[in-house]
Amino acid sequence: MNAPTKPIEAFLDREYPAGFVTALEADALPKGLSEDVIRRISEKKGEPEWLLEWRLESYRRWLTMTPPGWAQVSFPPIDYQDIVYYSAPRRKADAPKSLDEVDPELLRTYEKLGVPLHERARLAGVAVDAVFDSVSVATTFKKQLGEHGIVFCSFSEAVKEHPELVRQYLGTVVPQGDNFYAALNSAVFSDGSFVYIPKGVRCPMDLSTYFRINARDTGQFERTLIIADEGATVSYLEGCTAPMRDENQLHAAVVELVALEGAHIKYSTVQNWYPGDKDGKGGIYNFVTKRGDCRGARSHISWTQVETGSAITWKYPSVLLRGDDSVGEFYSVALTNHRQQADTGSKMIHFGRNTKSTIISKGISAGHGSNTFRGLVKVTPKALGARNYTQCDSLLIGGQCAAHTFPTIEVRHPSARVEHEATTSRIGEDQLFYAMQRGLTAEDAVSMIVSGFCKEVFKELPMEFAVEAQKLLGVSLEGSVG
Amino acid sequence: MSTLEHWLQRYNAGRDALPGAGVPWLDALREEAIMRFADEGWPSNRLESWRHTSLTLLEERSFAPASAPLAPETVLQRLRSDGEEAAGGHWLVFVDGRHAPALSELGALPAGAEIRALAEVLATHPEWVEAYFGTVEEGASPAALNAALAADGAFVRLARGVALDAPLHVVFIGGVRKGASLVRNLIVAEAGAEATIVEHYVGVDAAGDAQAGTPGTLTNAVTRIAAAQDARITHLKLQEEDRSTVHVAHIAAAQARGSVFASHSLSFGAQLARNDITTRFDGEGCEALLNGLFHVDGRRHVDHHTRIDHAQPRGTSREFYRGVLDGAGRGVFAGRILVAPGAVRTDAMQRADNLLLSPQAEADARPELEIYADDVKCAHGATVGQIDEDSLFYLRTRGLDEAHARNLLTYAFAAEVLERIGLASLKRRAQVAIRARLPGGELMEVL
Repeated sequence: MNAPTKPIEAFLDREYPAGFVTALEADALPKGLSEDVIRRISEKKGEPEWLLEWRLESYRRWLTMTPPGWAQVSFPPIDYQDIVYYSAPRRKADAPKSLDEVDPELLRTYEKLGVPLHERARLAGVAVDAVFDSVSVATTFKKQLGEHGIVFCSFSEAVKEHPELVRQYLGTVVPQGDNFYAALNSAVFSDGSFVYIPKGVRCPMDLSTYFRINARDTGQFERTLIIADEGATVSYLEGCTAPMRDENQLHAAVVELVALEGAHIKYSTVQNWYPGDKDGKGGIYNFVTKRGDCRGARSHISWTQVETGSAITWKYPSVLLRGDDSVGEFYSVALTNHRQQADTGSKMIHFGRNTKSTIISKGISAGHGSNTFRGLVKVTPKALGARNYTQCDSLLIGGQCAAHTFPTIEVRHPSARVEHEATTSRIGEDQLFYAMQRGLTAEDAVSMIVSGFCKEVFKELPMEFAVEAQKLLGVSLEGSVG
Repeated sequence: MSTLEHWLQRYNAGRDALPGAGVPWLDALREEAIMRFADEGWPSNRLESWRHTSLTLLEERSFAPASAPLAPETVLQRLRSDGEEAAGGHWLVFVDGRHAPALSELGALPAGAEIRALAEVLATHPEWVEAYFGTVEEGASPAALNAALAADGAFVRLARGVALDAPLHVVFIGGVRKGASLVRNLIVAEAGAEATIVEHYVGVDAAGDAQAGTPGTLTNAVTRIAAAQDARITHLKLQEEDRSTVHVAHIAAAQARGSVFASHSLSFGAQLARNDITTRFDGEGCEALLNGLFHVDGRRHVDHHTRIDHAQPRGTSREFYRGVLDGAGRGVFAGRILVAPGAVRTDAMQRADNLLLSPQAEADARPELEIYADDVKCAHGATVGQIDEDSLFYLRTRGLDEAHARNLLTYAFAAEVLERIGLASLKRRAQVAIRARLPGGELMEVL
């Protein structure tokens, strides 16, 4: 039964299709980080004084912190003075006022990536905010959203136009000193998306951000803040790519979600940063802090992620279940191939009464990949009737990969019901044999088994993302899907 | 005070009086071990594997021996009268960490079985233990302190193919004079040997919870088990110490090809108890069973950290832990299953279940899988919950009042662990221990 593994290996070696570089002039600050650099970032963005102070305070905290060492990943220490903290595509004298004014070169980039930015946006019905290196390039469907009172714009724009909202919510879910990378982000974040859904409004379309790192030696530090006011509903999509480079690039983002009473936020990510080549050279370090706050009663936050890219993924989308009867969910597919390392999972912290959380994690390791699920379910002493169900399954492809499961359960209320289950298995030769004797090729059989393994997570994704995720898994793994 | 200086002084003052002092390898090992302990100190919850249990409280407690000893004879009497057949078997008794020949009763041993006090072996035949004594690096810092200062314990050596006819009971009676007892047990089973070994940790003092600053009892125990090819070792540990005791223990097994190791850990006593139980498969086709039950109430704290190292192919491991948590007690379980590269056909299964009986109790569970091979079958599960309302309702329809129904279900939850203990006399002893602690346990006798 050695025959079927050969085509699998061939597909495992496929290269990264989003790895092109866009030739653009960039307006960048020199490498390095200091209070001065932060002042200049703030100045370039025309920020108010309070935000600059907030950044500087974060920077001072960051200086006292050390990078976390507990994750099951290994990489050489990062020289934080060797990173460009601000890089923007150079513009004409004035910022573009409409899509027509956006650099066509840039638009072509997004076209290559398949982002429905322009006309295609209308067909797809997705409103997109595209972030290129550090600044937000264009936001579509602004007008239509505006009619509902929905604010969907770049973070810098929000600082200018809705400073009271930004000031009220910024850093309330992920505080400045939360962790090493979040503190760094708080100091130097350059752009990101901002969403505010007013009371009782159901957002009429999916909102979407596309992140792309283009310039060399650049770190991307975007900050996303989504607020769903009482009874509001929103579905938000996030996608990421980066060009192929031999150096490792740092991506340290912060995402904060706030769900007030009865609000519902669904946040979906397809992360396809450049994973490095098959010997582990280059690739993105994806060190991201994502957290949602179910602040009001009956609020609901759901994270869905498909992680196929990045050399190293370090991220734990979490939910603070503070409102009574609030619900937190986490659905994840993480794939590591070649030399990729992923240490990812979720934290569910139950504070309110009758709160519920679900964690479904599917890890796939291939090649020399290392995939770790790390989770925390915490039931605090006042969380009457808390309920959690956690399931994490690992699938191993090939004898050189690794899969780890490190959950932590802390329960301090006797009425809580917490369950955790995990399994680890490989694609069995008998499974392959069965599928192949029904006339499927080896790669079809593998893709079918992998799709089946991930089904529970894919069904949580919005339609167009589900299709993309399936494709990505195909490209990243065996290339035969679809 | 139990600060680092206290232990260093104790070591410096007592090293020449330790059994086996003057044996070069042992002196060197003790010296290195105390250096390691001095370097690391008591583990605090800044260390990942001590996140839920900190021993820094030990720095504020003194372990000076008290003047008025209590009578260990009565404790032993009580222990030996529990359970019907338990009076038989081989008994090796230690009081405050020192061998008590007057209380011990080894009886007739089969040829090829050597059971002695470690102090005696270190003094007379140090070469017997050199390969099995352990290393400085093994375990956390308390294990290093043990390596430096342990003066006694059980030494068991079974020659090829020897089977111990009856269980060996190793009894540690603590708290007679308060103070610290550091014991080290070495169990060496040559190819095909078989034995059941029971470690009892009991106290003499039934006083209430210990306060910071008051004298208390510290038990620091290390048990090392070497199972050669096809050896079968069943190890049962019953910890029922006083509420003023801090109990820190490390059980480390190394298994050669085809050996079978079963560990049952029943932890009912002590103010704070931490048990590290590890086994490593050094050969193909090993089997391990790690079975455990703990009960906490008051402000007591019990922590089990287990690790099964599947270093070689075709190993099978099964792990079951259950905790009953009452009062403001805290129960911690962390179990790691490690499958090394190339350890194919590994079959590992782990379960940890916790029953919370009170609003102040806390349960922490960390079931962990670390896998570097693809052809494996590994699963773990953990739950924290309370008594099932449907089961309760069912029992009440049968005429039981709520309190009795609850007690019965709690007992049933705990008793499942005991079913895995093969030997009837040991099972019986464990049942007695549980009944003495669970609410309404004495009624289970009738039911």
